[in-house]
Amino acid sequence: MVERKIRVLVGKPGLDGHDRGAKTVATVLRDHGMEVIYTGLHQTPDQIAEAAAQEDVDVVGLSILSGAHMSLFPRVREELEKRGMGHVLLTGGGIIPTDDMAELEAQGFAKLFGPGTPTDDIAAWIKSTMEARWENEEVQT
Amino acid sequence: MTETRLARDAKVVAVDARRRWEEAMREAKLRDAEFTTISGAPLKAVYTPDDVDLDYERDLGYPGQHPFTRGVHPSMYRGRLWTMRQFAGFGTSAQTNERFKFLLDHGQTGLSVAFDFPTLMGHDSDEPISEGEVGQVGVAISSLADMETLMDGIPMGKVSTSMTINGPAPIMLAFYIACGENQGVDPKDLRGTVQNDILKEYQAQHAWLVPAEPALRMIDDVMLYCAEHVPQWNTISISGYHIREAGSTAAQELAFTLANGFEYVRRGIAAGMDVDIFARRLSFFFDAHVDFFEEICKFRAARRIWARHMKEEFGAKDPRSCMIRFHTQTAGVSLTAQQPENNIVRTTIEALAGVLGGTQSLHTNSMDETLSLPTEKAVKIALRTQQILAEETEVANVADPLAGSYFIEAQTKRLEDDAESYFAEIEKRGGVVACTEAGYIQREIHRAAVAYQRAVEAGTKRVVGVNCFVEELDAKPEIDIHRIDPEVEKEQHERLAALRKRRDPKAAQRELDDVREACRSGGNLLERFVAAAHAYCTLGEIAGVLREEFGEYREPQIL
Repeated sequence: MVERKIRVLVGKPGLDGHDRGAKTVATVLRDHGMEVIYTGLHQTPDQIAEAAAQEDVDVVGLSILSGAHMSLFPRVREELEKRGMGHVLLTGGGIIPTDDMAELEAQGFAKLFGPGTPTDDIAAWIKSTMEARWENEEVQT
Repeated sequence: MTETRLARDAKVVAVDARRRWEEAMREAKLRDAEFTTISGAPLKAVYTPDDVDLDYERDLGYPGQHPFTRGVHPSMYRGRLWTMRQFAGFGTSAQTNERFKFLLDHGQTGLSVAFDFPTLMGHDSDEPISEGEVGQVGVAISSLADMETLMDGIPMGKVSTSMTINGPAPIMLAFYIACGENQGVDPKDLRGTVQNDILKEYQAQHAWLVPAEPALRMIDDVMLYCAEHVPQWNTISISGYHIREAGSTAAQELAFTLANGFEYVRRGIAAGMDVDIFARRLSFFFDAHVDFFEEICKFRAARRIWARHMKEEFGAKDPRSCMIRFHTQTAGVSLTAQQPENNIVRTTIEALAGVLGGTQSLHTNSMDETLSLPTEKAVKIALRTQQILAEETEVANVADPLAGSYFIEAQTKRLEDDAESYFAEIEKRGGVVACTEAGYIQREIHRAAVAYQRAVEAGTKRVVGVNCFVEELDAKPEIDIHRIDPEVEKEQHERLAALRKRRDPKAAQRELDDVREACRSGGNLLERFVAAAHAYCTLGEIAGVLREEFGEYREPQIL
């Protein structure tokens, strides 16, 4: 059996220029054998969802440090759903108060990560979550 | 001769002592740690005269004298303490105006404006792209009207104001000048700084507007205009802060910042200006990270490198052109969301490094900034930290107190050498603009950021609360969160709608046409922006003309 590679889109929605975290995570995920597409800065939710659909990714990871997460994260989710991409594993991180994290997770974000999270933990979480999903799919089919 | 024999004996003893020490070190059991700076530069266990090759006059001199290693003022903090300048801004101009008055009431001595992302990118609060971002990380200033509210009741002829904005910096400066004029203040009496350092935006902070060449032309326009009309204004604050926060090493921060500075000087000279007229209005802005000694050495090296290059390479004659006057901010990236109260301690150490490094002004971060915008209480503690350093510790009494330490001098020299190597590399690659457009500098910074992250995860670099002394129960810190009311965005929309109704639309259009004409003819753009500000043209309208005329900057792909 050929090992299936996890495809990840790392996106920076909004006008926030802080990309250290997004680029570091993108690099680490690549080191963990995933295929990573980084959108670059200043993307609209529409552009991110479009890129995710075009690249047919399994995971979308968003990063915001500007405080705009409560408006932009849900907008990305909506745009993904519009394109039939509602199934992707949706995650993200940044300067996000824990209450907001809980609310976004209730809205369909699988998990959000705060400052100080080891990047290897993020990679491990994506890997185990995706593997569990794929196993599930196989059982069902 | 007795003296010679004594000296010889001393040398024998020293050699013997060294040999014994080396032996002891070979036998010593050392901690399991990597003995490097936070930037990964190797450190010796001890430094001796052998590590320092110093000519006092040439390499250090006295404070206020070339090459300014020991500071830019002869009396340093005996004459005047550093300016305590807390960066602040959030929500509407009225809310920030209140915070400014709060800070001035608590003994702050200068203002520093943080703008929100739409403003930083040259967008009005009511543009669709601004959705969700209005007032979040700073104050929303979409026109002269917002600036008037921001500065209401603050005497603009008396305070000095620093504005952290780059892509649209000339437009924001125009709002400030126009606002001063409306307060009855002659532009000649305005004091302050506009960051206006576009090169590091492309490299690290990423709030740009137009591509490099037209952006650099606007910087020339600002320098030319201010030399004549706003002579006390610092026209560029050449900033390493964002380069460091993006993940660079100390040496990279030093090298890329100064390389950017040299580029502005080259451009100024090429635009026909006398280096001694504009160079003294350049100021700098550095990070104070938590590696105490490396930071102090970085500040000392920065002064020496700048002085030497300005004198020898650019022929500056006025000592003021050769002085690096700089602002320092403690390192946001060193703060942790875990056990946030510990951030007060980190900030104190960093602030002390800034002071012992001879900074002219200082911002101390608040402990809660990894969670949200700072609360009033956290901001006050941060300001009090500076006041304790200034008033209680007696550290401000002696200039450059660590000079002469073998370690400090050796590391200052090491950072200077590292920076010079980068200058040579940048030169080889076609200069700093070419290096930026090709993504070389961004890639170097990214590589350092990943290396540091790896070191933290491997445990070779320790962060309390993150990879050691972790407390499991602090997932939800017991700390107040400062939130921006979503009403702010609505309020800004209403303000802008009212402004567009209130102003003379023909006058506004005429000024925008003049801006467009100056883009094409090469006329001074700052002059046009001031006129447009008075006609209440908005930031987004003016920046829109620039985008149409010059195009938008596109970042190179580095991943």
